[in-house]
Amino acid sequence: MKTVLPKLGWVALALLGAVSLGVLALSRGESISALWIVTAALSVYLIAYRYYSLFIASKVVGLDSNRMTPAVRYNDGLDYVPTNKYVLFGHHFAAIAGAGPLVGPVLAAQMGYLPGVLWILAGVVFAGAVQDFMVLFISTRRDGRSLGDLIKSELGPIPGVIALFGAFMIMVIILAVLALIVVKALTNSPWGTFTVAATIPIAVLMGLYMRYVRPGRIGEISVVGFILLMGAILLGGQVAQSETWAPMFTFDGKQLTWMLIGYGFVASVLPVWLLLAPRDYLSTFLKIGTILGLALGIFFVAPDLQMPALTKFVDGSGPVWSGSLFPFLFITIACGAVSGFHALIASGTTPKLLENETHARLIGYGGMLMESFVAIMALVAASVIDPGVYFAMNSPAALIGTTAVEAAHTISQWGFVVTPDVLLQTAVDVGEKTIISRAGGAPTLAVGMAHILQQVIGGKTMMAFWYHFAILFEALFILTAVDAGTRAGRFMLQDLLGTFVPSFKRTESLVPNLAATGLCVTAWGYFLYQGVIDPLGGINTLWPLFGVANQMLAAVALVLATVVLVKMKRQRFAWVTAMPTVWLLACTLTAGWMKVFAESPKVGFLSHAAKFSAAAERGEVLAPAKSIDQMQAVIFNDYVDATLCAFFIFVVLSITFFGIRAIMQALKTDKLTVRESEYTELAVKA
Amino acid sequence: MGEYLGQAARLMVGQPDYDTYVQHLRTTHPDKPVMTYEEFFRERQEARFGGATGKCC
Repeated sequence: MKTVLPKLGWVALALLGAVSLGVLALSRGESISALWIVTAALSVYLIAYRYYSLFIASKVVGLDSNRMTPAVRYNDGLDYVPTNKYVLFGHHFAAIAGAGPLVGPVLAAQMGYLPGVLWILAGVVFAGAVQDFMVLFISTRRDGRSLGDLIKSELGPIPGVIALFGAFMIMVIILAVLALIVVKALTNSPWGTFTVAATIPIAVLMGLYMRYVRPGRIGEISVVGFILLMGAILLGGQVAQSETWAPMFTFDGKQLTWMLIGYGFVASVLPVWLLLAPRDYLSTFLKIGTILGLALGIFFVAPDLQMPALTKFVDGSGPVWSGSLFPFLFITIACGAVSGFHALIASGTTPKLLENETHARLIGYGGMLMESFVAIMALVAASVIDPGVYFAMNSPAALIGTTAVEAAHTISQWGFVVTPDVLLQTAVDVGEKTIISRAGGAPTLAVGMAHILQQVIGGKTMMAFWYHFAILFEALFILTAVDAGTRAGRFMLQDLLGTFVPSFKRTESLVPNLAATGLCVTAWGYFLYQGVIDPLGGINTLWPLFGVANQMLAAVALVLATVVLVKMKRQRFAWVTAMPTVWLLACTLTAGWMKVFAESPKVGFLSHAAKFSAAAERGEVLAPAKSIDQMQAVIFNDYVDATLCAFFIFVVLSITFFGIRAIMQALKTDKLTVRESEYTELAVKA
Repeated sequence: MGEYLGQAARLMVGQPDYDTYVQHLRTTHPDKPVMTYEEFFRERQEARFGGATGKCC
């Protein structure tokens, strides 16, 4: 009986998951509860964790509970500390969860909720969680070294340098696209701009307190910071109403762009204790709290899904982003299904804190399942609002115009019937002048979250508060990411340039420091500015570039994992990492190729450039350009984007080439060729 | 439970447990000086943002 009962439980869970997926897939016309998505997701996660991750842990890599981890070997109480596995789970989750899983699924909702749900679930189980787990395992067996180092030692020095350049460019694109999300959310929104601006003095106040008043007391001052933030949201509502104050916090996209660029530069050269660290505390705690709150909200409110399971835009004609379901859905939802950036985190601090190798399963695989659930919640939040409102918020002005009447007319023609009144009323409800063309995912998510949370606390009158709470929550951790990312990018760049100009390596010295920071800010600022002036909203161009880059990094990490498995002489299990590698290569190379060469100017950068060149020769000026000079700028940007995309393709192809070469070499010999650090048996605990 | 939650919250923002650090130094490196909590806090704060690992998307 003891063995039968649990098995019956798992069978029941599998049936529950299958029924939920069936309901999702077969519902047509009638609206169903979002809890079906949640149930399907949780069943899939539990079964995948119980069976697939156990299979990987015991059979594929053979986690060894007797093997000493770097945390034990190098224990210094600082960088290397054996840590309780649940405590470390929290740390790892907080490090991997960011804006990505919140934005991608919102954008993907234009095809309906079903493709997104299926990809998030299949992607995380077979690709994303496998990648995080494998990289954590590989790094743990090699003293907790970084992804670049791991590639260098297992594949060779050249692929190591290529991967480092790739990672830097991915960072640039991530920062640009994250900053663009903030710009889109704050454009002409005095309420939002005021609250986000208020986080700077609040953080500085916290920083000074922790430095001079009561050093290191994080808890008490974070509570004070949180209360001040809530105060800032309430005050923001007053500011937006005031005729004298509102104009002082009303900015257009270009102004916000310059402010963000300046902010990014200043914030990343200031001492960390003053601004970056305290804001990091606030944003981390707010992020975890809000994610938990949203989960509870969805559970108790059980909202109905308004978005259809599938929309007609699966053919690639959608207004939010261009391109057909394959390959573009699979790069639009990156984080939440599979995110290459996690390979940098899983080879960062986490492996240095792992108490026992067997914990890698919970932390690597389990942590990614949790992140995937965040993506599912974002998809739910985007699917419970009126689809008409969804498309009004996410379609560029070039398609739907700038007034509620025009937008409602166009969107109703697409088959999502909506009246201008609904669009105007939604704007009033959330305390904004307009919600039209607020692309970028964050505002849509904020409306969805406000829709859910106001049913728990406050009702309609609190809707505006919840909307700005959600905007603040996202902007806060995006700004922290921009700030920390610029700093990290600076170190990466100094390291890279240092290989050619040694004086650049001195991270303490002011000139190389400022030069590298300036270069880093200029790089992401360039893409941000280009996105802001794009009449198609910028997200259209930048999000696919980001998705391609991020998924390619995942492919690189999975190539590494496959090489390691073969070198461990476990090639009969290499399909576990080779299968998602092949899938990611198929998606990213197709998408990358199409972004460069597709004939449709909506998708391909080169054909877009050709269209503008042809017009420029005829002396015509096409929107967004207002002069021939601007036409030249658009063409130049297209070539930059195409080059960048081609560069990413080069990175992934060359790593794949070096990976296959390493696999061939490993297969030639019967010996283990893996380069793990020496085996030491863990002392048995007394 | 509460102790673990506190530890988890601090580690999320890059602060490992101070008591563990002190205990580790006392038992394994009794000759080395032990940082005060304030020094430890500052050292960890610098270390968190001093490397090339950024925040995740």
